[in-house]
Amino acid sequence: MQHKVIDAKDVVIRFAGDSGDGMQLTGSLFADMSAIYGNGLSTFPDYPAEIRAPHGTVSGVSGFQVHIGSSKVSTPGDFCDLLVAMNPAALKANAKWCKRHAMILVDEDAFDEAGMKKAGFTTDNPFTELGVEDRALIVAPITTLTQESLKDSGMDNKAILKCKNMFTLGMACYIYNRPLEYIYAYLEKKFAKKHPEVIEPNKKVLNDGFNYASNIQAVPNTYTVAPAEHLEKGTYRNITGNQATAWGLLAASEKSGLSLFCGSYPITPATAILEELALHKSLGAKTLQAEDEIAGICTAIGAAYAGSLAVTTTSGPGLSLKSEAMGLAVMAELPLVVVDVQRGGPSTGLPTKTEQSDLNQALYGRNGECPMAVVAAHSPAHCFDAAFQAAKIALEHMTPVLLLSEGFLGNGSEPWRIPSMKDYPEIKPPFVQGLLAEGEKFKPFERDPETLVRKWALPGQKGFEHRVGGLEKNHAGVLSTDPANHAMMVAERAEKVARIARDLPALEMQNGPASGKLLVVGWGGTYGHILSAVREIGEVSYVHFDYINPLPANTEEVFSHFEKILVCELNSGQFADYLRAKFPGRDIRKFNKIQGQPFLVSELVSAIQKEM
Amino acid sequence: MATLTFKDFKSDQEVRWCPGCGDHAVLAALQRALPKVSQALNYDKERYVVVSGIGCSSRLPYYMDTYGFHSIHGRATAVSTGIKVANPWLTVWQACGDGDALAIGGNHFIHAIRRNIDINIILFNNRIYGLTKGQYSPTSKFGAITKTSPYGTVEHPFNPGSLVLGAKGTFFARSLDVELKLNEEIMTAAALHDGCSVMEMLTNCVIFNDGAHKDLSDPAVKADHTIVLRHGEKMIFGKNRDRGLIYDGRKIRAVRIGEGGFTEDDILVHDAHADNIGIHMALADMKGPDYPVALGVIRDVKDITYDDGVRDQVKDVMAKSKIHSVDELLRSGSTWEVE
Repeated sequence: MQHKVIDAKDVVIRFAGDSGDGMQLTGSLFADMSAIYGNGLSTFPDYPAEIRAPHGTVSGVSGFQVHIGSSKVSTPGDFCDLLVAMNPAALKANAKWCKRHAMILVDEDAFDEAGMKKAGFTTDNPFTELGVEDRALIVAPITTLTQESLKDSGMDNKAILKCKNMFTLGMACYIYNRPLEYIYAYLEKKFAKKHPEVIEPNKKVLNDGFNYASNIQAVPNTYTVAPAEHLEKGTYRNITGNQATAWGLLAASEKSGLSLFCGSYPITPATAILEELALHKSLGAKTLQAEDEIAGICTAIGAAYAGSLAVTTTSGPGLSLKSEAMGLAVMAELPLVVVDVQRGGPSTGLPTKTEQSDLNQALYGRNGECPMAVVAAHSPAHCFDAAFQAAKIALEHMTPVLLLSEGFLGNGSEPWRIPSMKDYPEIKPPFVQGLLAEGEKFKPFERDPETLVRKWALPGQKGFEHRVGGLEKNHAGVLSTDPANHAMMVAERAEKVARIARDLPALEMQNGPASGKLLVVGWGGTYGHILSAVREIGEVSYVHFDYINPLPANTEEVFSHFEKILVCELNSGQFADYLRAKFPGRDIRKFNKIQGQPFLVSELVSAIQKEM
Repeated sequence: MATLTFKDFKSDQEVRWCPGCGDHAVLAALQRALPKVSQALNYDKERYVVVSGIGCSSRLPYYMDTYGFHSIHGRATAVSTGIKVANPWLTVWQACGDGDALAIGGNHFIHAIRRNIDINIILFNNRIYGLTKGQYSPTSKFGAITKTSPYGTVEHPFNPGSLVLGAKGTFFARSLDVELKLNEEIMTAAALHDGCSVMEMLTNCVIFNDGAHKDLSDPAVKADHTIVLRHGEKMIFGKNRDRGLIYDGRKIRAVRIGEGGFTEDDILVHDAHADNIGIHMALADMKGPDYPVALGVIRDVKDITYDDGVRDQVKDVMAKSKIHSVDELLRSGSTWEVE
């Protein structure tokens, strides 16, 4: 067979193994290496909730998908060109994601009788049983080869087996002509201090994997994916959504001159934001790992009262616990950013999977008339801007803001052209100025006539002593059960949030003409998939919402130029219902998926085409 | 700095507690203690923040002419924590009831104590839910007959002192609402204590639990049923100051001086600063009929505070780190250039 080097526009690789096999690391290394090489990139980790689920079972399979391209890549890809399956369970769980001409690389050693049985295979040929026998199968004794490679390393067998993923990564690097230097550098940095003795063995096993792949005949072709052209000039890095969220908040802290305070309780998939912020005390960030979700938000509310840029981070079930306290922040009219990295629900639901099903909770999940601004991030890198904007709105409009992220965004990554902070606006909270006249009392809920925003006086400021709290008050800050006062305050709090729209950018077409028969609508983390789908179809109009409450001021205008609107979202139609309530009479349709997984571009294409 | 008086701490809001409620006296003690604290520590009024949860006693911030935050049920301790950590320069006082701090807010309460955050918590303990009109609380006595326990409770109450010391609290004091002088003394000591101070105020609820503490507060029995502990003083009590506490090698005992061979020399001297928490536990646990109930500052020891720890760590990392701006952060780690 003639071996060819094929120049590919883009490829998708899916690494899958036991949750202890190191597939997340292998995938991220491949991704980071490709990012530095200059490829367009998008990643998607898909892992179980258990840290070490029963060995060898389908429920314990952890996956990491990497999509690299010679131009900008918008999604992690629907189906893969290479599936790496470290055991039968990984093959079984992931075979359905293989393209027609995909390669499948498996560790032959793991496909013994016991392994096959644990994965629930009933025949002795897993490939025919799954109907993938016609793919390019690369069956390599990876365990044996790793042991052989490291037999003189002085490492014990357990440690040696942990290096299987490096052997596999070496093979993948050969198949996609990836230079190994980046991984060398990574290994050197990671182990330099604690385990310098494992650097060389890891390098060796990586190299041996690479060479093994080049020596066997089983690899039909190798591929190159050229660095992406037409990328904007600048310095780039790879970034996950959770990291970008943390950094966006730090940027808002710098631009407002207020130190960041984050009170949070660990919860999947939001924890990495707290972890990231905890690293950056050098920028003045204070993090408090609270005793529970409620303490997370309540410490943040206390910090807001004291004058911090206050943040709490969580995921769906945690948001439920914070509901009452969000109401307190609405009532006290304090700035606060609540980050919800959505996961599959309800209840504990699907902790490690992605969904957009907390939208209703974000909009309505509090007692009383309790409006909160809601902002949604649309890609891993966009989490930076979304977090920055959420903080800016909170601080300038004296309101809690809910930032909706998603597991898919938080854990996913993409290359990001690093912005310069000089291009970001200053954040100017409405602090009280000067001193009060003798005998004058500060009225904490007196409002700016234009924005309806109250003034912010910080404890420690002489003469501005005042009380805030959950009880209804009048403008002077005095408790009031007066019916007319309550009606007025309810209306003012709602109008204050509605007027945020004046500061928001207009809704813009992402694709297609500004009028026509069909407008495709999305919000949040579905952006990359919907964009890919509409581009694939061609002339389809598409808008995407980063601002959910309030909506951009021109929303109705944009909608008025279309006969029907198709809202695509990863829930049962929450945003569509919201839009129907806002714009009664419009023909608003739904395309929904609620499987804990992102959309496939292919299913979006057919759903959109059906409405055209 | 102008000298502050109790009037400076009185707000213009009408105090809406029931006539005869024990909370009035605690408020008065606080308004009298804070000028002294301000004098001692050179604090201005704007430095004070009074935080509360929900319940009768949690209305207190409205009656103080300071910065104040009337938060939500049970969460005062978490709000106080956030305020203090965000700005350790502020001095934070907290009012909360037995339901607020020990039932719905029990988790925040023990963790603030564990972390030793420098806040001053006044725990108003009337052993009843007042604002919801008379249900039992976590400190109601076993068998208490209330609206939700018409046949008597079948649950054991918390002793707040045991809870605080069990969480390794660094400051615990107990008093009766009516003890204005002692309460001023306790509040001043709490303010001077760097760490989490808990002051249990045994308050009377005239409407739903009248006489909640009359076995201690009734002038006829008070001297015999309570003992006021002061650091460095002998643990003597009784109408005739002829009773005291001794340690018999196994436990604390209440004895009569001059009887059974005990002289005043055998009486223990209170050491509130003793690191060993065991003796303070024993003192906090004392109850009738064998013992007097301990009032005063039972424990007051130094330890690292959380708010200082956070502040110092930020300073320390700032001094050592190479990243001092977001621009530097964004460019740290692996990056690449597109030409």
